[in-house]
Amino acid sequence: MNKRSIGEKVFNVINILVLSSVLLFTLYPFYYTFIASISEGSLVIMGKVVLQPMNITFRAYELIPTIDYFFTAYGNTFFYTFFGALASMVIMTMGGYALSRKRLKGRKFVNMMISFTMWFNAGMIPFYLNMDSLGLINTRAGIIFGFAGSAFYIIILRSYFESMPIELEEAAKVDGMSNFGIFVKIALPISTPVLATISLYCAVDRWNGYFWAMILLKDIKLVPLQVLLKKLIIERNVLASVDTGGSFDFTRETLIYAIVIVAIIPIILAYPFAQRYFVKGLTVGSVKG
Amino acid sequence: MAEAALAEKQSGRSGQKNIKKKIRLLKNDFDLYLMLIPMVLFFLIFTYKPMTGLVVAFKYYSPFKGIWGSRWVGLQYFIEFFTGPYALRTIVNTFRISLSSLIVGFPMPIILALLLNELRAYRFKKAVQTISYIPHFISTVVVCGMITSFLAPTTGVVNTILKWYGLDPVYFLSIPAYFVPIYIAMEIWKNTGYNSIIYIAALTSISDELYEAATVDGAGRWKQFLHITLPSLMPTIVIMLLVRLGGILNVGYEAIILLYNPSIYETADVISTFVYRTGITEGRYDFATAVGLFNSLVAFIIVIIANKFSNKLTDTGLW
Repeated sequence: MNKRSIGEKVFNVINILVLSSVLLFTLYPFYYTFIASISEGSLVIMGKVVLQPMNITFRAYELIPTIDYFFTAYGNTFFYTFFGALASMVIMTMGGYALSRKRLKGRKFVNMMISFTMWFNAGMIPFYLNMDSLGLINTRAGIIFGFAGSAFYIIILRSYFESMPIELEEAAKVDGMSNFGIFVKIALPISTPVLATISLYCAVDRWNGYFWAMILLKDIKLVPLQVLLKKLIIERNVLASVDTGGSFDFTRETLIYAIVIVAIIPIILAYPFAQRYFVKGLTVGSVKG
Repeated sequence: MAEAALAEKQSGRSGQKNIKKKIRLLKNDFDLYLMLIPMVLFFLIFTYKPMTGLVVAFKYYSPFKGIWGSRWVGLQYFIEFFTGPYALRTIVNTFRISLSSLIVGFPMPIILALLLNELRAYRFKKAVQTISYIPHFISTVVVCGMITSFLAPTTGVVNTILKWYGLDPVYFLSIPAYFVPIYIAMEIWKNTGYNSIIYIAALTSISDELYEAATVDGAGRWKQFLHITLPSLMPTIVIMLLVRLGGILNVGYEAIILLYNPSIYETADVISTFVYRTGITEGRYDFATAVGLFNSLVAFIIVIIANKFSNKLTDTGLW
């Protein structure tokens, strides 16, 4: 049955080799960052550490808690991620549901108004000046609410809600349920896959975002991890904010690598569980509204 | 709804009844309109109100007088930008970076999806897929931090490897010619796996019957690839290409800001980074708004054109 030509066999081998190198290319940066973070600092900067860790030490990790505001920033990131995603989801699911009801007056206009924001935006400076005039600079509220709507996600949610069988809604209406009741008790429960997907995307956007947090937040006590990371690992000012205790088995390099590992741990830990929703999200998104 | 329909049937269609019905429906849907309000307010406050602030592009902005109190200067800032030294550089760089990353980066996820599609080993296939998506979820700051460290002149791992081969260390991030390749490599690492999802989905939706029929007709795997797989993937490829072309002005300025420095501005400075520097860093809000408006308008025109093409080529637009 399964006769394969020589050409096919050769192709299969090459294919596996190519895909293995894709794996290698993807994983090596993480692997290197990890082994460098647990190796002796001087060996890392001398270029001795390439394939495996050497003179394993966790000194760099021990220093991380002494970095000024590191845990404050970490906590802030959790705060912005949770409440930001929550605000986005409340605003977008309610709005998306309302828009999915065809009888809603002004539906076309609101749809248009939302879609238009995907094609044209005022740009960086007017947005900044607007936040300034609203008094939202250097506030947590500015970060949470200023970015709580995304046309793209709303359209996905709307088209998902549109697929809800009309009979369900009519039956609930007969039972005397309000629209809001139907939304909470029927529409949301049957939409858990898309809700999981969109809220995960919102959370990742929040967790990873640095640009506007960097611009809008001036107070170091308010900044999320990514903004602090920029100072530590991009501007490489890490030694200035750490208490070395006179020890030298770490270097700026190993400290930076350790910080990177600590910064990506939550994403890496959540990834196996979240992964299938991420993928689902894209395929949901490709179904046009 | 059902009640209303029933009521309508029983009582015939007098105009008065209709109006009453409409009022009742509106009353019944009162909460539906309330649910819409937060979202509409969000867009009014955070995307439409800033658009009124675009008038700053035509004014001499004074923080004390505010946007509306400042005096008009017409097209002064546009003229300044286009006659100045930065317009050409930033526009050329924007197109160079996004076009080269399109040309090099766009085929990658397609190739990855096709190779995965030909793979028989299920677990290996799943592993490659799952792992190749990970970099997409790593933050820009972390990715750029890793790049900065890896490419550091004496301590970075890339220069370490160069040293093995007896080569002199290179300070990659301060040589203009290296910036675009570094940026593209980053994009490829970050997004190839993730962008392949859509193609993999398209490939799995191809019916097995097609392949079975082809096998019966004696077509080998290469022939099947040419005559079934590739044509079935074409619509997805065209749509994705148009999406990318529509967003050609959206270069990853958030990453560029983290990677560039004055010594490589000549290849790395794009319109958005220029707006950021002159506006946010130097505080020239009026001038930066004008440059940003130019950027938004061109982006708007390009996306409209891309959608026109999309409507022509396929039945569906991009939105």
